[in-house]
Amino acid sequence: MYSDKVMAHFANPHNVGEIPDADGIGKVGNPQCGDVMWLYIKVKNNILTDIKFKTFGCGAAIATSSMITDLAKGKTIEEAKKISRQDVADSLDGLPPTKMHCSNLAADALREAIKDYEAKLAEKARA
Amino acid sequence: MRRVYFDHSATTGVLPEVFDAMMPFFLDKFGNSSSIHSFGREAKTALEDSRKHVANLLNADPTEIIFTSGGTESDNLAVKGVAMYKGKMKGHIITTKVEHHAILESCEFLKRFGFEVTHIPVSSEGLVDPAEIERAIRNDTVLISVMMANNEIGTIQPIREIGRIAQSKSIPFHTDAVQAIGKLPIDVKADNIDLLSLSAHKFHGPKGVGALYVRKGTKVEPILQGGGQERGLRSSTVNVAGAVGLGKAAEMAKRDLEPTAEKMKRLRDKMLRAVPELIPKSYVNGHKTKRLVNNAHFRFDFIEGEGLILQLDFKGIAASTGSACSTGSLEPSHVLLALGLTYQQAHGSLRITLGRENTEEEVDYLLEVLPGVVSKLREISPFSESRPMGPGEGGTCVQ
Repeated sequence: MYSDKVMAHFANPHNVGEIPDADGIGKVGNPQCGDVMWLYIKVKNNILTDIKFKTFGCGAAIATSSMITDLAKGKTIEEAKKISRQDVADSLDGLPPTKMHCSNLAADALREAIKDYEAKLAEKARA
Repeated sequence: MRRVYFDHSATTGVLPEVFDAMMPFFLDKFGNSSSIHSFGREAKTALEDSRKHVANLLNADPTEIIFTSGGTESDNLAVKGVAMYKGKMKGHIITTKVEHHAILESCEFLKRFGFEVTHIPVSSEGLVDPAEIERAIRNDTVLISVMMANNEIGTIQPIREIGRIAQSKSIPFHTDAVQAIGKLPIDVKADNIDLLSLSAHKFHGPKGVGALYVRKGTKVEPILQGGGQERGLRSSTVNVAGAVGLGKAAEMAKRDLEPTAEKMKRLRDKMLRAVPELIPKSYVNGHKTKRLVNNAHFRFDFIEGEGLILQLDFKGIAASTGSACSTGSLEPSHVLLALGLTYQQAHGSLRITLGRENTEEEVDYLLEVLPGVVSKLREISPFSESRPMGPGEGGTCVQ
């Protein structure tokens, strides 16, 4: 059902945790399907210097959460915004079709976190 | 790595005695049981012996046993066969919200042709109230179908009482007993059962064979047309080897019921007691006492079931969950939702189902491993006792 890469990330997920002074937080979920993901980012000079996650969900949800942190860390905001659901799935050597729809939340969570960061930035600029 | 199998409600292994009984019917005794020559007669004799064993298990007459391909077909034949007898295309069926999909989907199929279906709700422990069944009966009710024991949470329904109600109104009563065989004594006469579904692979027989008990006089329309085997109710060359395996498994299930049920109940009770003590925010799903002797069903706050199953698998333990993610569907278990659980609660469930070979040492191993697995997943989860998931909480809903 799952690729070896998915299983490896699920068994030992990278960057689990929270960032207390996060610059942006993205919260996405589909409670009906049973997956909820919270993603925290730290940004310095337009670069994602740190990224952590907490996920309630199935093996695919945890593996995609772990993978997005690997893909996004060190990237610029613009580069990070371009990471798609498909990129995450491809990096994991694919996901079962139902998981593509329901559990592949990571790219959405990242975008939400960046949106949150940019909103805070705009607020600061206005202050 | 050691491997422990705790998923006996999904399937069981064929017992060596069952396998040995079947073997000749694949090899030199390969006759078609409908043939009149010696090869056919040999197969027919074995088939009828097996029919007797299945009947004996249920306190039925051998002529009331129809061999099928398994529980799903038996359920389909019971529901569609009774409802559509003689081409009827309307009527009312009573069933419950916690039935197996083979019943629920058969009912949905019939609704497309004009039948009406009432789904009786259950209590928070999964019990059906017979009074609700009685209240739902209409003049045009053609069938009542209530499972004997639930495949997920193990709750045992008050079948005898429901059977008595059905009999008093002259309505055929069907029960899906797929999960009950080998764990509960069954007496179709005492329980007023008109139709009963069973499946061999749930009690150490082979996959792909089952039976439908049909009480004499119950009107059933076949759903498979053809050569008229099985008293015209199930056309198709009979799977003799499978039926022989089913017969042997039935014989052993009846013979070993008491000692195996007693052993499983002891191990089950140990788990039901220990898990909520060992793991904070964990609960038992289903009825505390009216449950299958081999079923222990739990839910754990703040985590999702599939992760639990995968983590247990890393430790060599095979179990299952009511979580949708494990089955490829997007919805959580309809059974758990029918208990009144939230989506999140339903997603965090674990089903442990024992078999006759499981040992206390294996149960102890599960109890040793489970707290760590739950704890590991809770570390990954955004939710905790100090930050529980509120209704609808989680973030932007992604569809």
